[in-house]
Amino acid sequence: MKDKKKVTDHRSNKDIMKKVLDHIGKYKFFLLFSIVLAAVSVVLTLYIPILTGQAVDCILGPGAVDFDGIWAILKEMAVIIVITAAVQWLMNTCNNKIAYQVVRDVRDEAFKKLQILPLKYIDGHSHGDIVSRIIADVDQFSDGLLLGFTQLFTGIVTIIGTLIFMFSINVSTTVVVVILTPLSFFIAGFIAKRTFNMSKLQSETRGEQTALIDEMIGNEKVVKAFNHEPQVMEQFEEINGRLEKASVKAIFFSSLTNPCTRFVNSLVYAGVGILGAFLAIRGRISVGQLTSFLSYANQYTKPFNEISGVVTELQTALACAGRVFEFIEEEPQVPDAQGAAVLTQPEGNVTMQNVNFSYNPEQKLIQDFNLEVKSGQRVAIVGPTGCGKTTVINLLMRFYDVNSGSIRIDGVDVRDMTRRSLRGSFGMVLQETWLHAGTIRDNIVMGKPDATDEEVVAAAKAAHAHSFIKRLPMGYDTVITEDGGSLSQGQKQLLCITRVMLCLPPMLILDEATSSIDTRTEIRISQAFNTMMKGRTSFIVAHRLSTIREADIILVMKDGNIVEQGDHETLLKKENGFYAKLYNSQFEMAG
Amino acid sequence: MKSLLKYIKDYRKESILAPLFKMLEASFELMVPLVMASIIDRGIAHNDTAQIIKMGLVLVLLAAVGLISAVTAQYFSAKAAVGFATKLRSALFAHIQGLSYTELDTIGTSTLITRMTSDVNQLQNGVNLTLRLLLRSPFIVFGAMVMAFTVDVKAAFIFVVAIPLLSIVVFGIMIASIPLYKKVQAALDKILGRTRENLAGARVIRAFCNEEAETAGFERENELLLNTQVFVGKISAAMNPVTYIIINIALVVLLWTGAVRVDSGVITQGAVVALVNYMSQILVELVKLANLIIQLTKALACAKRVEGIFAVTSSMANGSLENGSDEDPAIVFDHVCLTYSGGGDESLTDIDFAVKKGETIGIIGGTGSGKTSVVNLIPRFYDATKGTVRINGRDIRDYDIETLRDTIGVVPQRAVLFKGTIRENLLWGNEDASGADIENALRISQAKEFVDTKEGRLDFMIAQGGKNLSGGQRQRLTIARAIVRKPQILILDDSASALDFATDAKLRAAIKGMENDMTVIIVSQRASSIQYADKIVVLDDGAVAGIGTHEELLAENEIYQEIYYSQFPDKKAKAAN
Repeated sequence: MKDKKKVTDHRSNKDIMKKVLDHIGKYKFFLLFSIVLAAVSVVLTLYIPILTGQAVDCILGPGAVDFDGIWAILKEMAVIIVITAAVQWLMNTCNNKIAYQVVRDVRDEAFKKLQILPLKYIDGHSHGDIVSRIIADVDQFSDGLLLGFTQLFTGIVTIIGTLIFMFSINVSTTVVVVILTPLSFFIAGFIAKRTFNMSKLQSETRGEQTALIDEMIGNEKVVKAFNHEPQVMEQFEEINGRLEKASVKAIFFSSLTNPCTRFVNSLVYAGVGILGAFLAIRGRISVGQLTSFLSYANQYTKPFNEISGVVTELQTALACAGRVFEFIEEEPQVPDAQGAAVLTQPEGNVTMQNVNFSYNPEQKLIQDFNLEVKSGQRVAIVGPTGCGKTTVINLLMRFYDVNSGSIRIDGVDVRDMTRRSLRGSFGMVLQETWLHAGTIRDNIVMGKPDATDEEVVAAAKAAHAHSFIKRLPMGYDTVITEDGGSLSQGQKQLLCITRVMLCLPPMLILDEATSSIDTRTEIRISQAFNTMMKGRTSFIVAHRLSTIREADIILVMKDGNIVEQGDHETLLKKENGFYAKLYNSQFEMAG
Repeated sequence: MKSLLKYIKDYRKESILAPLFKMLEASFELMVPLVMASIIDRGIAHNDTAQIIKMGLVLVLLAAVGLISAVTAQYFSAKAAVGFATKLRSALFAHIQGLSYTELDTIGTSTLITRMTSDVNQLQNGVNLTLRLLLRSPFIVFGAMVMAFTVDVKAAFIFVVAIPLLSIVVFGIMIASIPLYKKVQAALDKILGRTRENLAGARVIRAFCNEEAETAGFERENELLLNTQVFVGKISAAMNPVTYIIINIALVVLLWTGAVRVDSGVITQGAVVALVNYMSQILVELVKLANLIIQLTKALACAKRVEGIFAVTSSMANGSLENGSDEDPAIVFDHVCLTYSGGGDESLTDIDFAVKKGETIGIIGGTGSGKTSVVNLIPRFYDATKGTVRINGRDIRDYDIETLRDTIGVVPQRAVLFKGTIRENLLWGNEDASGADIENALRISQAKEFVDTKEGRLDFMIAQGGKNLSGGQRQRLTIARAIVRKPQILILDDSASALDFATDAKLRAAIKGMENDMTVIIVSQRASSIQYADKIVVLDDGAVAGIGTHEELLAENEIYQEIYYSQFPDKKAKAAN
């Protein structure tokens, strides 16, 4: 973790910028079009002051006004003005399109990444922080990008255009402008460098706060049950206070750019005014030309202003982009092996050989684990809480990879087959029910999106979910919120079971699947399960011994190891056996 | 927006000074064209180099004073905007803390989170820009007009026509785009929701190989967001070009009028240049104003959304009672019915029973029979829609909610722990718990054994959501957390489901052995967990199907028999004999 952070710190802006540019590359055509439009718009815009100057020169004094000349100039101006406006609009629209599309692309990419990140990453990182990277940071970076595009292009073209126009009027005045303006760059650059770390700190503190908000508001009910609002508030205030400090600094310093460059701008303006006036006295330029010059002096420094504004905006945007790309570039799970086998309708012979695994290298968990399951057998995994039962599931589904040893299905190592076909061969019901926002039907058909209504109802009936679904306001079309909303834990679990019922893969994993269902319903479900499990290799993790008595193999686990293995009868007979103790405890108090 | 303004109150000084200094800066800018006019009319026309140099120095001085005012303004404005956002976030967070379960159910978590984070950030930007530019830009626009009047009244009337036209355009576009920005935000909310969902459900999604479907769904929603954004973009992109046309046409008219006025000797050439400069100052300012308006429309939309949360108030009125009577039963359900808001049918119907102090009550029933709904009424998470719940003889609604909840230890179904050490998590139960209290709670909840094996024991860091603990370990810690508070009423809502039978049995024995006269409510699916309770309440479809001891119920209650024998088939055989 620490090392990774260091790497990010040292990652240069250039690197991030390059990645941003890579993403923009896709829209080359728009970009080109936008640049052309920018050039046209700028040239036309710059032509207006020249015309204005010419008009001013036609107005010399009482009785000395060239009305014909003015009329011709003003007509030309009107036409140019209308064209300029049209070009500007097109350019803005074009830039919007580029920026928003890049954001869309980045978000899509991040989301795709999310799907292939190892579960280790997802389990080990704050969800709030990941969300804030994909949503808030991408937004910040889009805002910066948007401003950046519009202003960077026009800015650069304006500078070049103005230079050409100015040189064509008067060389020495132009030189004054050119010499003074780099000051503006220098100041902007100085400020930007100083600001980067401040906005980074701001962004990080904000991420920390989002994580807290996510955790506390996500579990607000527990917070309330323990009257813990004041303490949570205190924690929040502490981060909020730090965020305030970081933000004031970041915002104030980055907002210094504008006044500072504007000051340089004013100096240039004064310089041009004085020099121009002297030249006018000597008759080297006309008053009209001086007017053109003055507005050029304004326009010439304005893009510097804006570019430096853009630079600060981009600093923030880059800091955010950095966080987004850091996520996108996270090491993905080991991809499916080249030419990985596709597991189709496996018979279901599962072997685990000398498996060693732990989530964290300092804490050994599963050591030298061996298991042989024949097709169609029912394996029950029991043992005290925290003995590693769920871990076995994590390995079977290849949510995690073994550290050493191998897991084979029908003789093929799970690492040599596609994850998709492996996972598709297992039907899984987890202890933690998970539903996504959408209709009940959407939630059921996850494993078989093309299921017909009849199939859905049949699966729901088999899982004993039909009767409660029927009673919901809109039946199968009832929309539920992300955490299942008003459904009870048991109802949620019935839905999860229905999901598996619908697609019926060749192997099953039931992780305490029935822990929240009342025993009456459970008996009915277990009948359905029995039919379902016929001919299917099944792994059941359950604390209810009654449900696993019929298993072919019972694995009794303790501290990551299998301490006993056999069927119910054999294990019960074992004197002082761990399983026997476990089983008898159920009747301890009855006795 | 109005109701949010109070959060800037503490920064009144800053929020007045910031625009003030901005206007000061603007005033100096407004003087520039006049100085320039004097250079042309007096300096150039009369070949007066001293005048030119003097006026040049005035320009530099104006710039320097302007810089100082601007920096001061930026500082005050950053301070006020950030201060405002900080206060607002606090208030919003506090407000959410004050909402009852009913409101939390209706609003939904992900909306609350976006409003607390990205909406408030947008508002902060909005306030910052407002303080800096909202007054400055109109000030320059109108200031330029006023200055134009001092130069030439007739020419100034061109300003009088152009400015209202500009305002119509600017405000028209603003009004048109506000509802669209709302749409953008809503689309963003959807994406946020899906991202969160995919993080929480990563296992299930992968197990069902739904990664592609999820990605497709995300891309679809993302595309929708893009289209909305591009559409809004097109409208707001029109602002600059349209204002550009108006200003420059005004410039054309101004030049013509100027020509006529100069020809008749009313004004000088320098004055025309000054007027032209004022017009272009307006243009520059309007570009800024237009950008500001775009940001502000976004911020206003966010403000409305934030206000929306503040508008939701807790549907639960607080009482003031601290203590009830010790003589009366601990808990009485008096013909209680409960209908969840928006939930349609009654979830609980005519629940009626009493619990004496120190009793252990078991609540058993099928999935969806209303077990959790019943226990949720005891700490007043929800209010009964009919009938009354009485604690220690007094209506639960008379009690101060905080005092009431302090006396109750709840172990919810979902074992939620928070990022922090084990100790910190346990102290949630009782801030002032002693080391002995904590050890005792760990012992009773059967958590001691595994806590002892954790590195640092009580200082072991629990990851967010308790991800580095197993389900059973989490459950035991949530039980310990409730016990630490030494509650008068302990509610275990199916909280032993992830525990094996041996641990569950030990847990119940340990709770029974606790010294204080605690009333215990155990909700369970397992008959074995509740069979030794003093009284068992059997629930079926939201109604009481039977109350009695294990023996009584087993003798005559069909539902209880069915539940019990389904778990103890051997006993059924015995009973049949």
